[in-house]
Amino acid sequence: MKLLTCRETTRLVSQGLDRELAFGERVALRVHFAICTGCRRARRQMAFLRRAMQALPEDGVRPRA
Amino acid sequence: MPAPADFRAQIQALRPYLLRYASLQLRDAAAAEDCVQEALVAALAGESGFAGRANLRTWLTGILKHKIVDAIRRQSREAPLAAEDDEDLEDLDGLFARNGHWTERPPAWSDPDGALEQSRFFRALEACLARLPARTGRAFMMREHLGLETGEICKELDITPTHCWVLLYRARMALRECLQQTWFGK
Repeated sequence: MKLLTCRETTRLVSQGLDRELAFGERVALRVHFAICTGCRRARRQMAFLRRAMQALPEDGVRPRA
Repeated sequence: MPAPADFRAQIQALRPYLLRYASLQLRDAAAAEDCVQEALVAALAGESGFAGRANLRTWLTGILKHKIVDAIRRQSREAPLAAEDDEDLEDLDGLFARNGHWTERPPAWSDPDGALEQSRFFRALEACLARLPARTGRAFMMREHLGLETGEICKELDITPTHCWVLLYRARMALRECLQQTWFGK
């Protein structure tokens, strides 16, 4: 199996938010995440961006804690 | 339900917010102004549809969103945004070394959920969005905020799916970096 670089990994993580990844792509990602903290963080951060963008028009609706 | 005059005043008070919201997505002050105007007219005509159920801002934003999607479709037919010079994937501002690994590993973000509770965070996010190149920002807003599928974004922007994924990837990486600098790294 081909090992991914961080550049390829982040690219696939992003595409995973826009299309269904192939089985081989998912396996390759899992292998890379197992050894790479930076890419695990990037994945979490991209998922967070999605949540933040969905919350965008609601900002200020909830009272500040 | 608020009295009519009161309702109108409440709606007018939200106008600056709505304008900022529309400009962020259309990147064209005149088009944003038109959209907001159309949305306000629709809102005043459909006041009974509101009936105090939802938050007024949320309700108005929902109406405005539809107007923005229409405007984007119109714009892509009449005056498509030009391709940008920096849409090339290989140039991600030195994030990666030649061997494809991080030049600097992304730091962990502390309490991202807490950020979603703060309006200051959303101001920072908006500022980062405004810094994206026009087409990149447009593709990203269509995907993540308006919730359109890649296929439709390709059609509206007249680009291939691969190109679309590149734009979305660039947007996500740039926003990560920007939020790191302006919010999470502080």
